[in-house]
Amino acid sequence: MIGGLFIYNHKGEVLISRVYRDDIGRHAVDAFRVNVIHARQQVRSPVTNIARTSFFHVKRSNIWLAAVTKQNVNAAMVFEFLYKMCDVMAAYFGKISEENIKNNFVLIYELLDEILDFGYPQNSETGALKTFITQQGIKGQTKEEQSQITSQVTGQIGWRREGIKYRRNELFLDVLESVNLLMSPQGQVLSAHVSGRVVMKSYLSGMPECKFGMNDKIVIDKAGKGGVTDDVAKSTTGKQSIAIDDCTFNQCVRLSKFDSERSISFIPPDGEYELMRYRTTKDIILPFRVIPLVREVGRTKLEVKVVIKSNFKPSLLAQKIEVRIPTPLNTSGVQVICMKGKAKYKASENAIVWKIKRMAGMKESQISAEIELLPTNDKKKWARPPISMNFEVPFAPSGLKVRYLKVFESKLNYSDHDVIKWVRYIGRSGIYETRC
Amino acid sequence: MEWANQLCENRQFGSKMTDSKYFTTTKKGEIFELKAELNSDKKEKKKEAVKKVIASMTVGKDVSALFPDVVNCMQTDNLELKKLVYLYLMNYAKSQPDMAIMAVNTFVKDCEDPNPLIRALAVRTMGCIRVDKITEYLCEPLRKCLKDEDPYVRKTAAVCVAKLHDINAQLVEDQGFLDTLKDLISDSNPMVVANAVAALSEIAESHPNSNLLDLNPQSINKLLTALNECTEWGQIFILDCLANYAPRDDRESQSICERVTPRLSHANSAVVLSAVKVLMKFMEMLPKDLDYYGTLLKKLAPPLVTLLSAEPELQYVALRNINLIVQKRPEILKHEMKVFFVKYNDPIYVKLEKLDIMIRLASQANIAQVLAELKEYATEVDVDFVRKAVRAIGRCAIKVEQSAERCVSTLLDLIQTKVNYVVQEAIVVIKDIFRKYPNKYESVIATLCENLDSLDEPEARAAMIWIVGEYAERIDNADELLESFLEGFHDESTQVQLQLLTAIVKLFLKKPTETQELVQQVLSLATQDSDNPDLRDRGYIYWRLLSTDPVAAKEVVLAEKPLISEETDLIEPTLLEELICHIGTLASVYHKPPSAFVEGSRGVMHKRLPARTGSGESTESPDVGTIAGGSGTETAPSIIPSQGDLLGDLLNLDLAPPTTTGPPPPTSGMQMGGMDLLGGGLDSLLGGDIGGSAAMGAGFGAVPAVMPASLNAPMGGGLGDLFDLGGGVGMPLGAYIPPKTVWLPAMKAKGLEISGTFARRAGVIQMELTLTNKAMSVMTDFAIQFNRNSFGLAPAGPLQVLSPLSPNQTIEVSLPLSTVGPVMKMEPLNNLQVAVKNNIDVFYFSCQYPISMLFVEDGKMERQVFLATWKDIPNENESQFQIKDCHLNSDAASNKLQASNIFTIAKRTVEGQDMLYMSIKLSNGIWVLAELRVQTGNPNYTDLEISVKCRAPEVSQCVFQCCEAVLKN
Repeated sequence: MIGGLFIYNHKGEVLISRVYRDDIGRHAVDAFRVNVIHARQQVRSPVTNIARTSFFHVKRSNIWLAAVTKQNVNAAMVFEFLYKMCDVMAAYFGKISEENIKNNFVLIYELLDEILDFGYPQNSETGALKTFITQQGIKGQTKEEQSQITSQVTGQIGWRREGIKYRRNELFLDVLESVNLLMSPQGQVLSAHVSGRVVMKSYLSGMPECKFGMNDKIVIDKAGKGGVTDDVAKSTTGKQSIAIDDCTFNQCVRLSKFDSERSISFIPPDGEYELMRYRTTKDIILPFRVIPLVREVGRTKLEVKVVIKSNFKPSLLAQKIEVRIPTPLNTSGVQVICMKGKAKYKASENAIVWKIKRMAGMKESQISAEIELLPTNDKKKWARPPISMNFEVPFAPSGLKVRYLKVFESKLNYSDHDVIKWVRYIGRSGIYETRC
Repeated sequence: MEWANQLCENRQFGSKMTDSKYFTTTKKGEIFELKAELNSDKKEKKKEAVKKVIASMTVGKDVSALFPDVVNCMQTDNLELKKLVYLYLMNYAKSQPDMAIMAVNTFVKDCEDPNPLIRALAVRTMGCIRVDKITEYLCEPLRKCLKDEDPYVRKTAAVCVAKLHDINAQLVEDQGFLDTLKDLISDSNPMVVANAVAALSEIAESHPNSNLLDLNPQSINKLLTALNECTEWGQIFILDCLANYAPRDDRESQSICERVTPRLSHANSAVVLSAVKVLMKFMEMLPKDLDYYGTLLKKLAPPLVTLLSAEPELQYVALRNINLIVQKRPEILKHEMKVFFVKYNDPIYVKLEKLDIMIRLASQANIAQVLAELKEYATEVDVDFVRKAVRAIGRCAIKVEQSAERCVSTLLDLIQTKVNYVVQEAIVVIKDIFRKYPNKYESVIATLCENLDSLDEPEARAAMIWIVGEYAERIDNADELLESFLEGFHDESTQVQLQLLTAIVKLFLKKPTETQELVQQVLSLATQDSDNPDLRDRGYIYWRLLSTDPVAAKEVVLAEKPLISEETDLIEPTLLEELICHIGTLASVYHKPPSAFVEGSRGVMHKRLPARTGSGESTESPDVGTIAGGSGTETAPSIIPSQGDLLGDLLNLDLAPPTTTGPPPPTSGMQMGGMDLLGGGLDSLLGGDIGGSAAMGAGFGAVPAVMPASLNAPMGGGLGDLFDLGGGVGMPLGAYIPPKTVWLPAMKAKGLEISGTFARRAGVIQMELTLTNKAMSVMTDFAIQFNRNSFGLAPAGPLQVLSPLSPNQTIEVSLPLSTVGPVMKMEPLNNLQVAVKNNIDVFYFSCQYPISMLFVEDGKMERQVFLATWKDIPNENESQFQIKDCHLNSDAASNKLQASNIFTIAKRTVEGQDMLYMSIKLSNGIWVLAELRVQTGNPNYTDLEISVKCRAPEVSQCVFQCCEAVLKN
């Protein structure tokens, strides 16, 4: 198991050091600093073995978190724990920075004591932790409160406390997708996938039981076979259902139920959380198409022309569009002409950045640039990194639609109809690249 | 108090007045100041002082001098202060054990506190104070806490047992805590169950023999129930524990799999990987024709792909594991090539791993896409990545024959870029392509030769020299080229020197007239001016060979080389199996068994995949495996060196130096034929008498020391290839020949008695017959015929009985046999029906021949091929046997077997167990692979275990009988 956990600043100074096992000595702190933080080279592996001691590290801005062990630990678990540790810290004091860590070092030690016992991760849900790790002391609590805390921390529903009350029961559901594409210069899709997340903010009283439904192909097909017509699925334009390659769920979702019935039921945590993640690869709506044309004119000049076409309903608007066209390292000057938006050559980033605020569907726009090059005697050809794109569109490129989200709370007297629900779809570009 | 609240408030609003002030370095006399503050009456001042102490401790200052003062602050109602003091105690108690006793009372008191959080805090902290004296006082409170009414206290106490065990194992056992801990597995609270499982698993690791966890269907059921209810971490503990269980049969294994599969949709990657581990392991037991087996295979792919959208560090862990899974079960991900395409922004460690998997998944179906990708990668910035991409192109050429031409032209394009490291890498792989497809792409040699001067890496130079030597007859100025290398001979690395030596000898054999001077020069450089023994030895061998028998030299040096295998850097089958059992853990990231990087007794237990039910029953239960004596001297099993395993280097572990594969593949194992080259000294050892194999076995006990012990030595193709060439030349005597038995009693054959046996001498199978005439009349006109049989044995000539056989006369005849006769499968397989005719009548009898006489002399498989083949043969074809009471060590066994053409390819020692990997080729071209395990650590354990794998599993039984006969005689 995890033998120790260290947090360093960018210089390699120790901010937090907590050792759980005897086999980890003080020298381990220095070994990591010397061999990894101070190493000249780029980090070649997130797992480093120094003198039979293994170091796992992650970096958040310029803070290093390192878990140390001498045993054959579950490596995936260690990284998951480090991420969780970051989430917990962020939930308590915001951004993970040197200043925040120093300001909260007592709190961090207290957290580390609670969520990692002898190197074994324990309940690390912030919802539960915040009930008893408050930096205020727990003197004032009554006996009932105490046992409620402990049963929540160890209980089956460790992510939600009892007795939550809201005047207005409200639910916000965001379908956030990032669409990834790698396209060949000829316009052939080399790989494309959507990785999506369903993020919920729930402000519900009591211990509500929720059921979430979407246009999952397997469910719709099953329903269709059973003779049940689904109005929602039919009324949605375009695709009726989508094939989900794989999905993962927040720990509140009953996985065995999903496995057997493919229904998503859960008791939600309070506040904001990620309900599920999913991935699709079939029938993805690619919101933009990039058509590059690069021509080398002699040894000192490049002509670049890039056309982008929007490919969705004309009534919808894409926002925050940015096209990044890489330029060679020996670029001496660039002239750009674009029909829409603003384009600028950024020497420090070796790229032409073309920004368009808004663009409706089924439109196209074009940029052309002349790039002057300095003559070099570098034999190696310019690698031509791909043209990348960023954007945001108000629909889900995977075609996912929320069919329902039902709330049942039998003990309190509010019904599914009383809950105010908001649904929003946002499609963003992930790694959206076209080779040129 | 108000001030304190304000402090907290301030912190929350991010005000300037903050705790970071404690980190500011302070002046001298600090300790005294702190001492005063710690003893202050004001609570707040105390608390501030303790915070300062902790801050100093964090940055590495020694504040142990304040021990008594800090401990004095322990008696307080303020929980925050209490926790701080505890933190201090955990750090310094060990250095001040006597003082630490002072704290005991408070702990004991706190364990009785009405607040469960305080009780748990006390028991948790107490376990972390690693002072022997304290542990005695810990027992009573711990006992109470293990039975506490509050689950929070119980789950903390469960971990505390593991802590205490780490300090004083005996105490834990004596106090009966282990039983209490076992009871907690049935606790009503899932988190208590999970922590109890974690604690027990850890304790069990240091007691490999104990049956602590006592997993049985009932307890497994409890764990599976808890699995649905506990935290993500608890699920990991439980799944990791489940993976150690050995289900009784395939039904149980299927029902566990069914209950574990829902975990594949968990958001936590570690839960997913641990579930994958359980499934991969238990799947072994499912019959392949089962519908569920196919379903399970399909279910595994999506979650593995999803892991690749996790954070990069987790992607790395996932990719290292996928690399193992792809080797074990390629079918799972064979359609998922695209997801392993490298993204421009991937961290380098992710890129390199993806590339590895791309090569493994490359097939004819997707090769076009893969090549297009690889070509892109070859223009990237990172040198290691580019090199690996170039190598990958070469691997594709070798793996997918249809793509070879395109690969070669891609490589030529890359050479044209003149980027130094790209050119060098390309040349190294082109050499392999030449090996795989001889006489096909030699037209590119001219282009390669243009780049001769730019090569500065030994591997590339060696590859180029090999090419020049190998194709000397087609390169007009080969002698000039090689001569140019010779100038700086002593500055070259060994690899290049050895290669240069061989290349020049090749050149000499091809163009003797023009290059005599050159060869003399290189021989004298190698033998007289070098202090490298390998180089010198090789030089002498060539010298002697050339001076005594140039024809033989030609046969040896210019011999046809075995083809190279398609797959490289495959992990050895046994290691792979072990690593599959460690999916998700560090071992799977390092691709090394835990014993290679974990100190002490922990984790050295070897895990093995369960055997498929119905196949040869393995006698040992899969999860117990064999346990080492725990000494630190055991040699870590080396991963078979890989060609392009850059990452191995990156991890910077104490891996064996990667073998630099010089053109002739390094072979290990001993080939006796080759020994002659070293001067016939050993011949006498081999002994001339045929039946004397027992004596020989003894004689060989001492031999390994004499042998140039290149068994596992990572010497790039040094002497290995020379010995290899000797295979089959001088077949040693002493192959096992069973004693003659009576096949046809005189009663049944009108006075003719036939007894006989079979032998293989110098590659010829012989039937040795003794004919005795027990009748009263003379016998003449003998003839023999065989019925059709399994291996097509037939007499190669007539039965030579020249003179008539008079009454009471006995005659020895030996009949050469061929294996080209008609074939029919017999039962048993090695049954042979014979008809013998003489002047009196025709007689029929049947006999059984030892299958070993069908083992041909060129049955030594190349290591890489062996690995690939072993992997290729489905697991159900594997049969396990035991040879009882065999007092042989592995070397003696290997020698004995070798005499019967059972060749040892590699040997590995793992914790008192020698593993010999052997190959056999039957006369009809069937390959049989075997793994022989010899216990060396334990003299009382004299049973050998042998696993036989063959595409035709019917022969396994015969092969085993043969091995047994050979080893026991």
